[in-house]
Amino acid sequence: MSTSTPLQPLLQVQKVTLEYQTTQHIVRATHEVSFEVDPGDRFVLLGPSGCGKSTLLKAVAGFIRPREGQIVLDGQLVHEPGPDRVVVFQEFDQLLPWKTVKQNVMFSLLASRTLGKREAEQRALHYLDKVGLSKFVDAYPHTLSGGMKARVAIARALAMQPKILLMDEPFAALDALTRRKMQEELLQLWDEVKFTLLFVTHSIEEALVVGNRILLLSPHPGRVRAEINSHAFDLHSQQGAAFQQTARRIHRLLFEEGAVEVPAAENEPAAPVSSHPQKRIA
Amino acid sequence: MALNPPLRPEYEVSLPPLLDLPVERELSRAQRLWQQGWLRKSLILLVLAVIWEIAARYQNNDLLLPGFVQVSHALVEGIISGELLSKVAISLNVLVKGYLLGIVLAFVMTSLAVSTQLGRDLLSTLTAMFNPLPAIALLPLSLLWFGLGEASLLFVLVHSVVWSLALNTYAGFQGVSETQRMVGRNYGLRGLRFVWLILIPAALPSIVSGLKIGWAFAWRTLIAAELVFGASSGKGGLGWYIFQNRNELYTDKVFAGLVVVILIGLLVENLIFSLIERHTLKRWGMQR
Repeated sequence: MSTSTPLQPLLQVQKVTLEYQTTQHIVRATHEVSFEVDPGDRFVLLGPSGCGKSTLLKAVAGFIRPREGQIVLDGQLVHEPGPDRVVVFQEFDQLLPWKTVKQNVMFSLLASRTLGKREAEQRALHYLDKVGLSKFVDAYPHTLSGGMKARVAIARALAMQPKILLMDEPFAALDALTRRKMQEELLQLWDEVKFTLLFVTHSIEEALVVGNRILLLSPHPGRVRAEINSHAFDLHSQQGAAFQQTARRIHRLLFEEGAVEVPAAENEPAAPVSSHPQKRIA
Repeated sequence: MALNPPLRPEYEVSLPPLLDLPVERELSRAQRLWQQGWLRKSLILLVLAVIWEIAARYQNNDLLLPGFVQVSHALVEGIISGELLSKVAISLNVLVKGYLLGIVLAFVMTSLAVSTQLGRDLLSTLTAMFNPLPAIALLPLSLLWFGLGEASLLFVLVHSVVWSLALNTYAGFQGVSETQRMVGRNYGLRGLRFVWLILIPAALPSIVSGLKIGWAFAWRTLIAAELVFGASSGKGGLGWYIFQNRNELYTDKVFAGLVVVILIGLLVENLIFSLIERHTLKRWGMQR
């Protein structure tokens, strides 16, 4: 519940329609999606494949221009990629194989001309220490495990101290045990550093654990289905009744009452779902 | 009857630390030696030399096929007298100039190709036109335009290097993963900095193979050009040395010239290129 929001939202996504082009068609990925992210939020975009959540994240990163609508970060219109919004990708090759772990983290700072070489090195070592990789600073990425690569990518992103950290299913390529550990570590890092996070996932459990607020998107094209609070849940509440109930509710919202009948959202018995102002211009 | 496995008792084992068992074992001496690439390759060369010598002794005709030992003598003599080395110096001098010029030109063209649509079209059209054209076929034209001098050789050398290298480099750039491109752009890289810091290192496997192909083409073209061109100028490199000695029926010297061509090829491949690969591609895990 957003009882009091004295804070100016950090990120405003306003009626964003995204399209991409294949050889034959222009496909609409999202349709008039709006949401707001406050400073310090761990905001999750959740939806089945084809709901445009990754495309939305790339639009926030500035890689894709909205067809309609706008994206405003900290009062400034997003129109190109920039180091104030750092992306952590799912793919392991996001680390540059020709640079060591330390050089990869320094690379972000040097390429964006944020810091000089010496300060960059110090900051890189600081954040590598935070993700527990102090012993591997001189290793090349191909010698690391998947979880370690993900940690380096997170350290590289955090070292930039971006206004918002964008994560595109960062743990999807990891095995279940490592994924759980990474979720735990991410939450610990958030406790320490208090960054603002926009996190894309297709896993309901991951959304509930990682996020404090979840945006549900329906597929083909992606439209906002609901926004749900999940600040109460963490890795240890996974077996709890409330957690299971919320998970079931999300599942129902996403899969059972399909996007075909959008007005049905008002029939939701579940309490304070502030039905988001998704007006349709028809 | 359906399979119904019996219920077996569970068990737990407490694991004492393995103190007396070494985790690593050393390879045996023979195995370690066999790991050395240069040793394996030297063995192959040795076998080839022995086969050559046997074939020459069996043939027993110095004019057609001098043996390994005889050619080695000619080679050593040529080196001691300084004649062979000076020819090599002349050839390499022209070769390196043409090669570097070709590299620069190829990079300019590929950089253009990655940044503009027109550059892309230009590169693909030009490579499609000129890559299949043998450089040596341009030599008569080149002689006409640039006269009997180094400029003519440089022209054909550049032609032999630039297309294959540009083609390989561009293919390498095309193959750079979308994720790595986005990483670069995310940190605000664009234009030449993007090419230099992301595209070139990421495409290095293709670039190195393009450099290798370009080197071989250049070497080949130069020797062939000298066989034609050196004969008319009187001052030539290794190709001219081979041609001259064939005219005077010093077949062992012809072989010595060929051996030098081969040796330089082997040296460049095994020293320079493999050094580059070991310090970059292999270290970064981009190549086994």
